[in-house]
Amino acid sequence: MEKPIRVLVAKPGLDGHDRGAKVIARALRDAGMEVIYTGLRQTPEQIVAAAIQEDVEVVAVSILSGAHATLLPKIRDLLNEEGAQDMLFVAGGVIPDEDITFLKEKGIAAVFTPGTATTEVVSFIQENVKK
Amino acid sequence: MANKTKAWKDRRRIAKMITTVENALPGHEKVLQDIYKKTGNAYIIGITGPPGAGKSSLTDALARAYIDMGKRVGVIAIDPTSPFSGGSILGDRIRMNELSTHPQMFIRSMGTRGQLGGLSAATHSAVMVLDACGADILFIETVGVGQSEVEIVKLADTVLMVMVPGLGDDIQTMKAGIMEIGDVFAVNKSDLPGADRTKLELKAMLSFLPPKEWRPPVCLVSATEKEGLEELMEAIDEHRTFQAEHGRLEQRRMRNAQEALLAILRDKMVERVTKDPRYEHLIEQIAEKEIDPYEAARQLMD
Repeated sequence: MEKPIRVLVAKPGLDGHDRGAKVIARALRDAGMEVIYTGLRQTPEQIVAAAIQEDVEVVAVSILSGAHATLLPKIRDLLNEEGAQDMLFVAGGVIPDEDITFLKEKGIAAVFTPGTATTEVVSFIQENVKK
Repeated sequence: MANKTKAWKDRRRIAKMITTVENALPGHEKVLQDIYKKTGNAYIIGITGPPGAGKSSLTDALARAYIDMGKRVGVIAIDPTSPFSGGSILGDRIRMNELSTHPQMFIRSMGTRGQLGGLSAATHSAVMVLDACGADILFIETVGVGQSEVEIVKLADTVLMVMVPGLGDDIQTMKAGIMEIGDVFAVNKSDLPGADRTKLELKAMLSFLPPKEWRPPVCLVSATEKEGLEELMEAIDEHRTFQAEHGRLEQRRMRNAQEALLAILRDKMVERVTKDPRYEHLIEQIAEKEIDPYEAARQLMD
């Protein structure tokens, strides 16, 4: 049996809206992935500790609080410090276009804004996970 | 000891080793060979019970207590894999988020992936990695339904069965066959009405079991309110002492050793035989009723 892709789905920041994260978690599961779901209000440190212990290929976070410009680069930096430069890091949420360029420069591989089809997220992950 | 402290600190290495052995990736035999002699220190506690009983919350509460005692704690949390997509949502960490950054803690989630028998092998391998890397206490948490879960729980030195009030009448408990595998019972959510009655019913049903030297105790706990945890930990300790005094830990080690050897032998045998040039032809002959499968097996084994 082929090893399934493992994805950590987490919500950093203080907003309490996890519907988006749950929809994505289900879509990834239905695509045959193993989703480690850690829930609301995660600190960057908690997300990175979980990603390392679970040895995931992908970290996917949902953020609606507006703190993406601070939290997302922090998570990427902490992952790199732990030697996990190879982990794919994607984000979704209400993120203005002008911030997306900045986030991509900081090593966030993709930013999915409201209205993105779940199939798009699934194929992005499938195509970009290093085999 | 110093080596284990160092091994425990290297999170990424532990995690990668678990991935390798869980998926039987190239090199997994080497990993297991290298660590095997370093295993045997961890005390393994299996946590099982019906969905929603509070297994993860109770694991979290117990892990905290052991961490406060200076122990290194590993958790392997198992959730079901969808038989339709092969994917899974592993959500046990939700109740353990605060501990996830603690240096004495290591949590790993696993999907059942629907392999018959394979899951207990994968779990056993992951247990060995955490054990060899310095865990003092290891929790294996699984949903207490289905044969494969029962198999996993057998890896544990002490099986903690978590129940809750209001799950139905006592017949539900009896038909699930769960009375037989618990060494210690916890009635969680003891603040809910009916907890005392659930405890009494459990005790009554345990008294119907064939008399054994160990009679499983029933503890009232509340994982979220941190009540009854000391009594529960004492009960686990008593079971540990009982087993040590009665040579049970030794027996379990012998049985695990036997099962590990048999599993490897089976794999190797199948691997060798299916590569045999006569294999395909014999299958055809069996299908055509020219030969019976016992005779074919005998020829392949020769």
